[in-house]
Formats: sequence, structure tokens, C-alpha cells
Amino acid sequence: MELAIGIILGCCALGAGLAMIAGIGPGIGEGNAVAKACEAIARQPESKGSVTSTMLMGCAVAETTGLYALVIAILLIFVAPNMFVGILQSALAV
Amino acid sequence: MTAKRNSKLVDILLIAMMILPIVLCILLQILFKPASEGINVEGAYIYFTIPMPIQDLPITESQVNSWAVMIAILGLCLFLTRRLRTKDVSVRQHVAEWMVEKVEGLVGENMDPHFKSFGPFIAAILGLSAFSSLLSLFGLYPPTSDLNVVAGWAILVFALITYNKFKCGPVYYLKSMTKPVAALTPINLISEFATPISMAFRHYGNVLSGTVISVLVAAGLGGLSAAVLSFLPDALSSIPLLRIGIPAVLSIYFDVFSGCLQAFIFAMLTMMYVSGGFPGEDYYARRDKIKAKKQNGGN
Repeated sequence: MELAIGIILGCCALGAGLAMIAGIGPGIGEGNAVAKACEAIARQPESKGSVTSTMLMGCAVAETTGLYALVIAILLIFVAPNMFVGILQSALAV
Repeated sequence: MTAKRNSKLVDILLIAMMILPIVLCILLQILFKPASEGINVEGAYIYFTIPMPIQDLPITESQVNSWAVMIAILGLCLFLTRRLRTKDVSVRQHVAEWMVEKVEGLVGENMDPHFKSFGPFIAAILGLSAFSSLLSLFGLYPPTSDLNVVAGWAILVFALITYNKFKCGPVYYLKSMTKPVAALTPINLISEFATPISMAFRHYGNVLSGTVISVLVAAGLGGLSAAVLSFLPDALSSIPLLRIGIPAVLSIYFDVFSGCLQAFIFAMLTMMYVSGGFPGEDYYARRDKIKAKKQNGGN
């Protein structure tokens, strides 16, 4: 029983860590977006306002995949262990 | 003289309407919410549940707080728009005019001219979202870090998008599903439902990640100060001195900047999706056709 619970907790933590690998993608994407925005502002300083707001919008959209991973990781850390241990206990009690 | 005094009284009442809900929320939290220690990230605390025939209705912290924010915003709006004049304009009228102009400009820039009347809705989303996120500055639970609240807004926006896609009739809508190639219909369907989900998750995830990181940093600093400052006498070393000040820097980013940015992004995405789903040219062509037909029928 203890071993099974330990495996559940450990796998939840591992899964949360693995899920956050998805943070790489938004990092690269937002970095590219900001670099290009800097270039655009350097080329045309008068268009700073519109470039900045467009860049923030793009960053927000690029961030979405990372946030999906974050939500999964948070669920795995705070919600899933209780649920899985409950399922295990109810299955063993029958 | 009495008129002037009365208007002063109304002003004071409106200011109280702005401040009292927040104060009441803080009092409610202090009185009823059990204190939590250490690393503890929980959902919204349930104050009480109302028994309902199908399922019990829990009244959570996020609901109470978002109602408080709504009342406070209503008070702010009433306060700013009192005694509007065309000559010697007061400061608060300037503020109100500035807000309205900004939002109308935003809507005019990003949306079809058909949606001229969308300003109040966008301003409401912007204000509610921004003030809800800023509520964490008072130590309250920000309603936007509850998925249910943000999902409600996203469903509202989804209904608006679908309503505007139906502007050219259901047949046009069904045809637009098979737009580039007929084989892409399932993907179009998925992307239709992905819109509200991604909007809700984006807002909620950003605010919640700020909360989680703040809690982790505060807990880590508490442990660090217990380890580093253990040589101090007992009374001093039990106080986590390193917690003073450092989390405030994070709070400026996560609570103030990120909260306002997410409100702006949510409003921008709402405008873009609603305006993008609206079949502009075809709608105008169809409307003109119907008008011409009606005129011909009348003659």
C-alpha cells in the first residue's frame, strides 16, 4: 500500500516536471517575437506604440501552449495525487 | 445651499460604495477563512452552500469578491459621471472622458465599423478583469485565478462570436465551416471550441502562476531565513526577516503588471475574435440585397 502511494506521488511529481518541458517552446517563440519587435522599433522608432502592443498580443498567444502545460502541471501536483490515492484506496477496500 | 450639501453627501456615499465592498470582503476573509501556513495553494474557499434541487450551489470566495469588484466599479462609474457639464469641466469628468475616448479608440481601431456600440462591453471586460486581478494587492483572493469565473467570461465571448458568425444565416455559417477544403471540417470544429478554452486558460493560468510562484518564493524565503538567521536569539529568529520586501518586487510584476496586461489581452482577443468571426463584406451585400428586395416588393 505504502509502495503504491509512493509510486503515485513520485509519478505525479515526475509528470509535472516533464509537462513543463513545454515551457521551451513559448520561450523561443517569445524571444523571437521580441527580437523582431526590437528590430522594427530600431528601424522605425515612431511606430513604437503599435509595434509594442502587437508584440504583447503575439506573446500572449504564443504563451498559450506553455500555459496549457502549466495547468497540467498544477493539476498533477495539487489535484491528481489526492484523486489517484482515493481511487487506489477505494479499489483496495472493495 | 442644501443642494450643494446634498451633492456632497451623494459623493461621499458613492466613495463609500467604492471602498466598503472591498473592506467587507477583507473582514469576511479575516472572520471566516481559516489561516493557512507554509506552502499551501488551494482553490477558492467556500463560504457556504445553498441547497438546490439538482446540485448544491456553493458560494465561494471568488464569487463574493467578484461581486464586490462589480459594486465598486459601479460606484466608480457613478462617481465619475456625476454632474457632467459642457463648460468648466471638473477633473473627474476629464477622467471619465479620457477612459471613454481610450476605449472607443481601441474599439474603432481593432473592430469593424459595424461594432461601433461595442465600447461599453469592452470597457466592462477590461475594468472587471483588471480590478479583479488587482484585488490580490489587498491580500484577497483574486477572482481571475479561479477557472470558473474566467470560463464564464470566455463562454460569454464565445456566444458573442457565434452570434456574429450567424449574421449571414445558418447556411452561410455551416458553409464557412468547410471553408478552405471540405476535409478540414473537423479541425474547424475543434478550433471553434478551442477559442473559449484557450482564452479562459490563458487568463487563469497567468494569474494562478503568479500566485503559485509568490507562495513558493515566500515559503522558500521563510525556510532560508530560519536557516541563515538561526544564530539570533529565540524571539528574533522565529520571525522570517528575509520575507520582508523581497516578495513585493515579485508582486509588482505578477499582480500589477501581469494582471493589467492579461485584462488588456483578454479585451483585445475578444475584439479580434468577434470582429474576425463577423462576415463583413458578405453581410453588407446580403443586407443591401434584402433591402432592395423589400423595396421592390413594396412597389
